Amino acid sequence: MSDIAIPAGGQAHAHASPHSRHLQHHFHNSAQQFEASKIGMWLFLVTEILLFSGLFLAYFMLQTRHPQAFIEAHHHLDRSLGVLNTLVLLVSSFTMVMAVQSAALNRIKATLIYLYATFGLGGVFLFVKYIEYSHKFHDGLLLGNLFSYKGANVPGEYLFFSMYFVMTGIHGIHIIVGMGVIAYLIWRTHQRVFSSAYYTPIDLTGLYWHLVDLIWIFLFPLLYLVS
Amino acid sequence: MAEVLMQRTPAALHEPEGNFLTENPGLKNWLFTVDHKRIGLMYFWTIMTMFFVGGVLALVLRTELLTPKTTIVSAEVYNQLFTLHGVIMTFLVLVPVIPATLGNFVLPMMLGAKDVAFPRLNLLSYYLYVFGALLAVGAIIGGGLDTGWTFYTPYSSTISGGVSIMTMGAFVLGFSSILTGVNFIATIHKLRAPGLSWYNMPLFIWGMYATAVIQVLATPVIGITMVLLLMERLFQVGIFDASLGGDPVLFQHFFWFYSHPVVYIMILPGMACISEVIPTFSHKPIFGYKAIAWSSVGIAVVSFFVWGHHMFVSGQSEFAGAIFSFLTFVVAIPSGVKVFNWLATMYRGSISLGAPMLYAISFLLLFGIGGLTGLFLGTVAVDVHLHDTYFIVAHFHYVMMGGTLIAFFAGLHYWWPKMYGRMYNELWAAIGCLFVFLGFNGTFIPQFLLGSRGMPRRYYNYLDQFQFLHVASTIGSYLLGVGLVIMAVTLIVPLFRKRYDAPNNPWGAASLEWTVSSPPPTHNFHHVPVVTHGPYDFKAARRLEQMESHS
Repeated sequence: MSDIAIPAGGQAHAHASPHSRHLQHHFHNSAQQFEASKIGMWLFLVTEILLFSGLFLAYFMLQTRHPQAFIEAHHHLDRSLGVLNTLVLLVSSFTMVMAVQSAALNRIKATLIYLYATFGLGGVFLFVKYIEYSHKFHDGLLLGNLFSYKGANVPGEYLFFSMYFVMTGIHGIHIIVGMGVIAYLIWRTHQRVFSSAYYTPIDLTGLYWHLVDLIWIFLFPLLYLVS
Repeated sequence: MAEVLMQRTPAALHEPEGNFLTENPGLKNWLFTVDHKRIGLMYFWTIMTMFFVGGVLALVLRTELLTPKTTIVSAEVYNQLFTLHGVIMTFLVLVPVIPATLGNFVLPMMLGAKDVAFPRLNLLSYYLYVFGALLAVGAIIGGGLDTGWTFYTPYSSTISGGVSIMTMGAFVLGFSSILTGVNFIATIHKLRAPGLSWYNMPLFIWGMYATAVIQVLATPVIGITMVLLLMERLFQVGIFDASLGGDPVLFQHFFWFYSHPVVYIMILPGMACISEVIPTFSHKPIFGYKAIAWSSVGIAVVSFFVWGHHMFVSGQSEFAGAIFSFLTFVVAIPSGVKVFNWLATMYRGSISLGAPMLYAISFLLLFGIGGLTGLFLGTVAVDVHLHDTYFIVAHFHYVMMGGTLIAFFAGLHYWWPKMYGRMYNELWAAIGCLFVFLGFNGTFIPQFLLGSRGMPRRYYNYLDQFQFLHVASTIGSYLLGVGLVIMAVTLIVPLFRKRYDAPNNPWGAASLEWTVSSPPPTHNFHHVPVVTHGPYDFKAARRLEQMESHS
């Protein structure tokens, strides 16, 4: 199915390799296209790591300045919900791997199931995050003028919540974006676009999803397990 | 069909065969093109528009500084104008000017590829640039902004006005820059023609590669900095706010962690152009190929460890200051390696003084001054005296304008015949270069003197004793403006005159982009080229050309 050679708009190609319909005109073959895409994705992930590294740096600097405040403040977080979300994301990484693997083995039905599972687990993560956020809102642990919590007795606790909301917020946006991409993959898989001959988008989305999970693995101890 | 096209001889050059300019005409085909050459040209004209705006602002600023008191604009307007000038010139002109225009245009052709690895991302990068430019310029026109291009906290996080929109603009522009970098790295790794090993690549590619690495590694940090500044303004997160336990100097660290490497995002592509022009116009293979190639990478690496030299007087520890000072000297070494290799290339070469070479020689002189004065500023004790004076202003203009932009002009004159298939008038190009060179020095040599005598930067009024030098600087800037206008006219006029048609290889260069017609065909190469000689092996290139024209 993937080996249908389509003359790309009547262009003259001197090389005679068979053309997959997913092969763009400026690549010689699918392998080259796949490798280029993979390099591009890894570079994008590098930029993501550097984006978050700025946040980690800010966190460490503020935490060094206000160690006691950060310990006090982190008690307001619900550790069990944090553990739950960590597990949810770990399992979602597993389902994502299985989706990629199923696609590579041409098991399209299994690919679909695993993609749905990954999407669902992302949703669970966001729901738990919603419960946590609404709890904070209720306690008045909000940013700016909305910070009305009176129990803070160590200066600097406010900064902990700043970092909490900024870091988990930006991470949450990444989860939402990831779910959007996975929804697109589900749609395309239903259309029978992917097969063992071409599943680059699933593979690359998998890389992205693992990175987002990995960042959570760092966020969790930083925010929930301060000591 | 391919066989027929392959037999096309250079003599048949001007037969009505289609090229990327004439095939698929129409505005829509241009706006939605994924052809790297068209995107390069769209970038070129957009960036030149911004350069024109930034240049006019500079002339207004210089005119205001003719007298010690108010001349033509009020102090508030003056502050906004220099901010707008700085933002436009750094984020909208200097960062993308070479990679996005010349890089986009020639990099795939130099590699023997039909396009960059991700053509659609390339187009997206262009539209992100346009969107970011609209945000940035809109922020100042709409809300007003007088922070200077550095947006230092706490001032930027507390004033009202256009800062929030501007930070979003900088974020979007960063994204555009990252996409270019990602695209170039993947292209260089994966789309090289058969026979084009790493050490067979033109040095332009090495420069672009090093640039792309910095774009990918440094730009996300300015992204998160802008996000945090925005959060600070919208939600008072307090990270940069000392009254809440945060630290405004942290902003400076973040800002310079990007913005120092970014000056290498600007200068490395300039050096990349120079590495092409000098050997071609000296008719001699480049001296020290590997040294130049690896010095690009060396600059890219060390550039990440020198940001503290912007903060010698920001309350940084003396120990950190000493380390950063040392590393600043270290980063000068690879630049020196390049300069000496270029000089050695010219030594005993048969130099022809075409316009690209005139600009390249100007570059060597101006960048030499800019680089060496950088060492003054990298010395902690001297910097304490010169910090935030006109000396700094003159220094970075020598590096940014005298370095990057002059090198861009060298590259532009070099590849212009390839881009549009037209030659320009050499005499007028030389006259333009002369005006630019004299005008530039006339503008900024007085500023070195002003700075060393204590004239602070960004001041609206000044002491009467500085007026003579300010007037000299302003006259220089007018000359520079005249030079740029002459250059623009010289380049644009031939586009409307068919008799200036350019041959495939007007300079006798040896890299792949010169083996195709001028302007190039839509898909660059009719058959995949096989590289059999080095990028500066001019004799081998000429032999091949002659063989092809006889066959």
